[in-house]
Amino acid sequence: MMWAILSILVENRPGILWKVTNLFRAKNFNIDSISVGTTPDPDISKMIITTNTDEKQIQQIVKQLAKMIDTIEVKQLDEHKTVYRELILFRIKIKSAQDTMEINRIANAYGGKIHDAKKESIMVELTATPDHIKSFEELIKPFGIIETSRTGIAALQRAGT
Amino acid sequence: MIKMENMIGAKALMVALEKEGVKQVFGLPGGANLPLYDELSKSNIRHILARHEQSAAHMADCFGRVSRKPGVCFATSGPGATNILTGLATAQADSAPMVAVVGQVPVAMIGRDAFQESDIIGMSNPCVKYAFQPRVPAEIPEVVKKSFYIAETGRPGPVLIDVPKDVQQNEAEMTFPDVVKMRGYHPWTDPDIANVERAIQMLLGSEKPIILAGGGVIIASAFAELQAVAEMLMIPVVTTFKGKGSFPENHTLSLGPIGMHGHAEANKLMIEADCVFALGTRFSDRSVGTFEEFEKRLKIIHMDVDPAEIGKNQTAQVAVVGDVKTSLRIMIKMLQQKAFKKSDDNKWLKHVEETKDYWRKNLKIHPGEMGAAKILRKLREILPHEAICTTEVGQHQMWASLFFDVIQPGTFFSSTGLGTMGWGFPAAIGAKVARPDVPVVDIAGDGSFNMTENSLATSVTEDIPVIVFLINNYSYGMVAQWQRTFYDRRMIGVDQKGCPDYVKIAESYGAQGIRAQSLDELEKAIKVGLKSDVTTVIDIPIDPEEDVLPFVAPGTPLKDMILPS
Repeated sequence: MMWAILSILVENRPGILWKVTNLFRAKNFNIDSISVGTTPDPDISKMIITTNTDEKQIQQIVKQLAKMIDTIEVKQLDEHKTVYRELILFRIKIKSAQDTMEINRIANAYGGKIHDAKKESIMVELTATPDHIKSFEELIKPFGIIETSRTGIAALQRAGT
Repeated sequence: MIKMENMIGAKALMVALEKEGVKQVFGLPGGANLPLYDELSKSNIRHILARHEQSAAHMADCFGRVSRKPGVCFATSGPGATNILTGLATAQADSAPMVAVVGQVPVAMIGRDAFQESDIIGMSNPCVKYAFQPRVPAEIPEVVKKSFYIAETGRPGPVLIDVPKDVQQNEAEMTFPDVVKMRGYHPWTDPDIANVERAIQMLLGSEKPIILAGGGVIIASAFAELQAVAEMLMIPVVTTFKGKGSFPENHTLSLGPIGMHGHAEANKLMIEADCVFALGTRFSDRSVGTFEEFEKRLKIIHMDVDPAEIGKNQTAQVAVVGDVKTSLRIMIKMLQQKAFKKSDDNKWLKHVEETKDYWRKNLKIHPGEMGAAKILRKLREILPHEAICTTEVGQHQMWASLFFDVIQPGTFFSSTGLGTMGWGFPAAIGAKVARPDVPVVDIAGDGSFNMTENSLATSVTEDIPVIVFLINNYSYGMVAQWQRTFYDRRMIGVDQKGCPDYVKIAESYGAQGIRAQSLDELEKAIKVGLKSDVTTVIDIPIDPEEDVLPFVAPGTPLKDMILPS
């Protein structure tokens, strides 16, 4: 099994996201995370899809995506030559002022930002790699995670690689 | 210079079709495509009325396969559109060029579950090469141009145009483009010369090479090129079922189709080969049995126009992506420049000849006068080589694969990928429209023919005579065979109990019905059919217990082929 980051440029038209995800469904490929946004060219959108499967399957996914008429460019990004980040919001339970301080300390260590600090809960915003997010999550789990919301990853390969 | 003109959407669609050289559409009118039909009546395009939208789609599909230009079919919205889905899926599975134009409820009604509304764009997505829904009339000329471009280039396929009724009715200023470009569509790849060279080295370096020709050879019309390469290198040729007739089956190097119901000699030699040169094939399960067995031993060279086919079902050591005809031409040129020496003492070829000879002499066939092998060989004996054959789906189709040799390449068509029962007869009508100068025969079974037999109305009223060679065991014979073989003869849902009488069915439509119960009667009937200017249904009762053999059971390797005992 391997984790792959796919960067896909598509025509910015209604229904394209559905076609891409429908292709994953029809070929029985699983999507780990997906993020979609516009690009400086208003006619083009970019999708970053991550998936976890074997090497052969990933090659097949890339080929099937490239075959789609609405895709303009399909690239598998090399994890080690790519900057990739995901944004996540945590709402965490607070029982004491001590908890608030402790969460502040951990969030600072991870480069997180504090929002909406209330008596009974606190919100932390974190932009990091999925691995970092996971280790942060482990640390704050004992306080009690009320809810989260995450974006899927944004990724750009480093220049000249 | 691009001329601008004011006209309604429906008219623009007809003008655009005429610009694509469309001479006829197969279709059925309804509420949501009335404006299209109104303009069709004023155009120079012939309308061929089908009696079911599925049949209209199959007619367009096979017209496209034979003429290698997209066939066009029309249907209304809702059920009209859903009825063509099977036709789209069939064309997609067999890479047939086709453009389907369906009506849709007006733009403002879309999404409101209006009368005869169906989300055909959503439903058809997995079974079309592309689908368009023009939202304003001015989009129509470009949409039609793009549809034909997509349908007929690269790996061909069906394209759907879903036209809301108001888009058909409203007027706009139209410009008809001469060329279209889509930045995400690159149908042709130039074959990599280095890989062609590698393929040649691999073939020359192998002791027991075999060519596996798929449907891609027929689509690319690369018959002469295939034959040239086979003869230059003296490599025997097997085909997939879809590739049947890509190579003359009376050629000394021809072994016929491999697969579930392949020729015994083809399957036997396929598993003995050490190098497979595969052309335009997806290595379907029906062709190669279980993949793992296949992959282990063999060196594989894969040539295909679709890069996504490389490595999908089969890992290849050498892959050449590109049009098969172009790629083979490059190979021929390279071979001509090489001064390679063919060995006179070719042990493999000698073995191939012996194996072929043995099985051609010793394969047991049904002993009865009207056994499948005998009636199909009789058909071959009488039918001119340029005649086009289509088939339905089932036992008769596999018997045709085994016992009906295709001599002139590109004259045999079948629903091989989706396996759509009912395809063959409307397909024969489409083929006859594409080639009115040659006889067209639907090699049929009763179960399949029963599904679209109302196309007799089309063939009679539209004056498109074909021959239906109806191999009749009054049962869904292939299902019956599997029930006999795998379910301990627990027969269910397969007996048609002698109903209907196909001679009377033919006559009631104004066609000719002939029952043939001996080989003499059959010969006479075929000759009558060939001379007739009306469709002829030859009803040929056979033994309902006759099995198709050899048989490779599903999920098993080719070496476990079951032979007739």
